Amino acid sequence: MSTTNYIGKPTSRVDGPAKVTGTARYAGEYAVANLAYGYVVSSPIAKGKITKIHADEVLALPGVIQVFSHENVPSLAWFDRSYKDLVAPGGSPFRALHDAEIKFSQQPVALVVAENFELARYAASLLRVEYEQEAHETNLETQRAKGYEPGRGKTGFQPPPPPRGNPDKAWEEAPHRMEAEYVHGAQHHNPMELFATTVEWRGDGKITAYDKTQGVYNVQQYLTKIFGLKKDDCRVVNEYMGGGFGAGLRPQYSVFLAVLAALELKRSVRLTLTRQQMFSFGHRPHTLQYLKLAANADGSLAALQHHALHETSHFEDYTENVVNWSGMLYQCENVKLGYQIAKLDVYTPLDMRAPGAASGSVGLEIAMDELAYEAGLDPLEFRLRNYAERDQNQDKPFSSKKLRECYHQGAAKFGWDQRTQAPRSMRDADGKLIGWGIGGGVWDATQQKSAAKASITADGKLTVLSGAGENGAGTYTIMTQIAAETLGLPIEAVTFKLGDTELPEAPLQGGSWTAASVGTAVKNTCEALGEKLLKLAQKMDNSPLKDAKPEDVEFVNGQIRLRADANQAVVLRDVLQASGETKVEADSSAMPNMLKQQQYSLHSHNIVFAEVKVDEELGTIHVTRVVNAVAAGRILNLKTARSQVLGSVVWGIGMALMEETVMDHKFGRYVNHNFAEYHVPVNADIHDIDVLFVEEEDDIVNPLGVKGIGEVGMLGVAAAVANAVYHATGKRVRDLPVMIDKLL
Amino acid sequence: MNSFTYHRATAVQDAVQDKAGHDGSAYIGGGTNLIDLMKENVARPTHLVSVGKLPLADIENLPDGGLRLGATASNADTAWHDEVKSRYPLLNQAILAGASPQLRNAATNGGNLMQRTRCYYFYDLATPCNKREPGSGCSAIGGFNRVCGILGTSESCIATHPSDMCVALAALAPTVRVSGPGGERSIAFDDFHRLPGNQPEKDNTLEPGELILSIDLPKEGFNKNFSYLKLRDRSSYAFALVSVAAALELDGNTITDARLALGGVAHKPWRDQAAEDLLKGQPATVETFARAAAKVLEGAQGHGSNDFKVELARRAIVRALKQAAEGTQTASDVFQNSNP
Ligand SMILES: Cc1cc2nc3c(=O)[nH]c(=O)nc-3n(C[C@H](O)[C@H](O)[C@H](O)COP(=O)(O)OP(=O)(O)OC[C@H]3O[C@@H](n4cnc5c(N)ncnc54)[C@H](O)[C@@H]3O)c2cc1C
Ligand code: SF4
Repeated sequence: MSTTNYIGKPTSRVDGPAKVTGTARYAGEYAVANLAYGYVVSSPIAKGKITKIHADEVLALPGVIQVFSHENVPSLAWFDRSYKDLVAPGGSPFRALHDAEIKFSQQPVALVVAENFELARYAASLLRVEYEQEAHETNLETQRAKGYEPGRGKTGFQPPPPPRGNPDKAWEEAPHRMEAEYVHGAQHHNPMELFATTVEWRGDGKITAYDKTQGVYNVQQYLTKIFGLKKDDCRVVNEYMGGGFGAGLRPQYSVFLAVLAALELKRSVRLTLTRQQMFSFGHRPHTLQYLKLAANADGSLAALQHHALHETSHFEDYTENVVNWSGMLYQCENVKLGYQIAKLDVYTPLDMRAPGAASGSVGLEIAMDELAYEAGLDPLEFRLRNYAERDQNQDKPFSSKKLRECYHQGAAKFGWDQRTQAPRSMRDADGKLIGWGIGGGVWDATQQKSAAKASITADGKLTVLSGAGENGAGTYTIMTQIAAETLGLPIEAVTFKLGDTELPEAPLQGGSWTAASVGTAVKNTCEALGEKLLKLAQKMDNSPLKDAKPEDVEFVNGQIRLRADANQAVVLRDVLQASGETKVEADSSAMPNMLKQQQYSLHSHNIVFAEVKVDEELGTIHVTRVVNAVAAGRILNLKTARSQVLGSVVWGIGMALMEETVMDHKFGRYVNHNFAEYHVPVNADIHDIDVLFVEEEDDIVNPLGVKGIGEVGMLGVAAAVANAVYHATGKRVRDLPVMIDKLL
Repeated sequence: MNSFTYHRATAVQDAVQDKAGHDGSAYIGGGTNLIDLMKENVARPTHLVSVGKLPLADIENLPDGGLRLGATASNADTAWHDEVKSRYPLLNQAILAGASPQLRNAATNGGNLMQRTRCYYFYDLATPCNKREPGSGCSAIGGFNRVCGILGTSESCIATHPSDMCVALAALAPTVRVSGPGGERSIAFDDFHRLPGNQPEKDNTLEPGELILSIDLPKEGFNKNFSYLKLRDRSSYAFALVSVAAALELDGNTITDARLALGGVAHKPWRDQAAEDLLKGQPATVETFARAAAKVLEGAQGHGSNDFKVELARRAIVRALKQAAEGTQTASDVFQNSNP
């Protein structure tokens, strides 16, 4: 019997108590002596030039320390490459306060620094800035013709695979066909925590930046290159994060401005953006998708075309994988995928939870529903008939794929067999229309290079370190579980630390790869420490483990014992005491096993079942039930994993029914840039959500067998809801969100 | 936000005098609207007179059988008050349909009447807005006007009054008791808020320096056949696209008295007495309700992104009257409007 098995168990968050008691520190909260406060002044125009900044008037206010603008910023790194962070797309990164040019509405044009926050904010409101306005273009619809295939992408971008078969001909000849365009507007990440940086001036040009970021190493290399700092002089810390969702992948202008001010003023500086300013940078791009699908008489897919166009800025080519998934989710011999972007006078879009796939699954999965109806097939049956046993994009087998089990188990849980196919055929006792719809998707399972360090002290307390990120997903907890189980320690004896450039290097937190990457590093490191501990155990008098090899022993219940005979054991604490060492350390890292992995297609999958109730007369929609069945390899922590998927479903419902940043093209400006008017779901919008993890073993993706669950749960949710609305009402809404007026 | 001085008044006279003595001053109740406006630099008062400690927080019976709602009583205390729940359940429902529990705990009745529009452009200094800066133009006309009005709009402003509470009040027809440098007076609720005309900067008919003391409800509360129906872009914590307060007196199936007011459609809570008259003496049928809806919406005009409100309002009126006739809504202790 083992009491130190934690992996897979629904373990509560180890960082929960710190968060609910308020001891957890967020970037804008660190207590630092002699702080000055910055406040950003944002551009009211979308394009043009700054002609004059009346800084004098503001500097005359007692307590105002400095007004930074392009007029007085010191000379910094010159070349674009110095401003490229690790996940920057192609192009020329935005440099705040670089010159007089305005490239997007809400662009930061000045930073006012004062003795306190209120004064900085007041002074910022008085700062007069004169502009010369130029005509801007912010409407993707009118820029369709200017779409182009991006030549340069960011890390992880893959141009669509070449076409296969003859999709045009197959479409013409097939008995069941559909073609349609699908649209969703821009969406902003809007984590609860505002972007903030507290820069501690440590004297002598040395700083510590407490920054809201999903990757401390990314921010560190960005700052060191721009400001010419040595790594040792530029520590970046992020211990806790009030949500990131991708917004914290790239260093934001807030950290640049705060560090600039601190270095110039030789003083600690804090800068917190406002909620309105949270709409001034990256977002999920406004995306137009065109799908053209056909099915044969037997319900097999005859042809599939999926083309997407989304916005980017004028200075960078933001890319995401929108259409590629459509070439691998279903079996089809005639496929053509197209992908373009078009430049607008906006800030560069930014990865937002399941970037590309969340958008792509809206198009593909509504189109699949439309075609299922054309072919007279139940949408689930239609998907089963087109099940892909192999990744046709790469022509490789999947390392594992339990999507069929998701279909079956999800359907059973939801009661899908009770569905009647005809639209408008189901009603509740009050006469409201009921609709059931499905949608799903596929997401990458990736692993990145990652390092960790572990040390155990004589009292049996283990500390594990890795500079990974935690945006609230549960990283602290699962790493603690892995470490505790690997060394057979009670979870209370283990402390995991992350989010600091003084810790071993780990990748930024994104792409759902943290569990796989950092988890494997933690496991390797604890195993390395275990080997050292075994050696020490063997030095003990009369050690029962004298001749044991590492593979002969296991670490369980605070002991090292022989696998073959659990009675042959030593207590770990006794080993440490006997050794006379006060501390035993090990470090290690983990890399993906490319040789093994490249023969396979590595992906997670899901399917979402949604029920809506529609009051047809008034156009109100409620998502009353959702079942999300996920195949994502091994689940390390049922509780935090479930929470991840719950959050994804909530977000998907938001994407389906209400979430949209509205651009007023006259001003080239987002107009609903606050939380009263940018709607995300509230409790009253959310009803039953069931999460189901299908068992999926995979020893190819990584030694832990995990695929990551941060993003896959989001896929297909919006489509499932939109399809359910169709089933309920017979109205096919192809532009999300489906708001009241679209059903009237 | 600019810096300001602050006075916590303890007597009505003190408040009125202190306000009159400071140029650019403002009363502040719960601050749930004013502070936001100050943060956005839409309002820049140099002096705040807090009404929180004035003896105006009571809810008490009036000799004529009506009920007095103190101006500084919180929206929550008002909604949950036993007399309100039993005699004016329509008001209970309307208040609870608004904002969030936290906001309702802080917000005052006076502040609720005085809250300003939620037109996006009004809040964004980067865009012209006649209400914020007279003469600068109206960005909502020809812009994104989903939240704007369809009735009683003008060429200078198409904004709406955002309150839910006030829609129920419009139907219940109380008077608003105010005190100012010129003394005390009462204003019929229907005359309190105004249409934008060519002075959209003026939301209401209060004279400078006037303080709201109370809202005095008449005896008639329509506590049997009423409905507050609110339609919005999410199930809670969102302003109304369209809301309807409907109240009926029935004799069998014949309507003997009716009240009908709309929110989210005009610069003021929109009560339509002609439509009410049309209902009176008629059978409580969907056909009657449809005629009343058509009457209310005579001359209704969309402005692009809010065109749908005309049809939505028509359906909402019919539904609310139907619900009122059925007498199924009750004052609630739980939030009702979100139930699917
Ligand atoms: C996010 C959000 C969502 C909301 N949603 C809704 C909703 O769905 N429905 C809804 O109805 N409301 C909603 N509200 C608005 C809320 O109801 C109002 O903000 C609140 O009622 C204002 O009351 P207050 O006491 O806080 O007013 P304050 O903010 O203190 O004052 C508002 C105005 O009233 C004046 N004032 C205050 N008291 C008096 C007085 N006694 N005499 C004269 N003038 C006075 C002030 O000078 C100021 O101009 C929402 C608010 C927010 C922030
Ligand atoms: S509708 Fe009124 S509040 Fe809105 S922009 Fe026009 S003038 Fe301003």
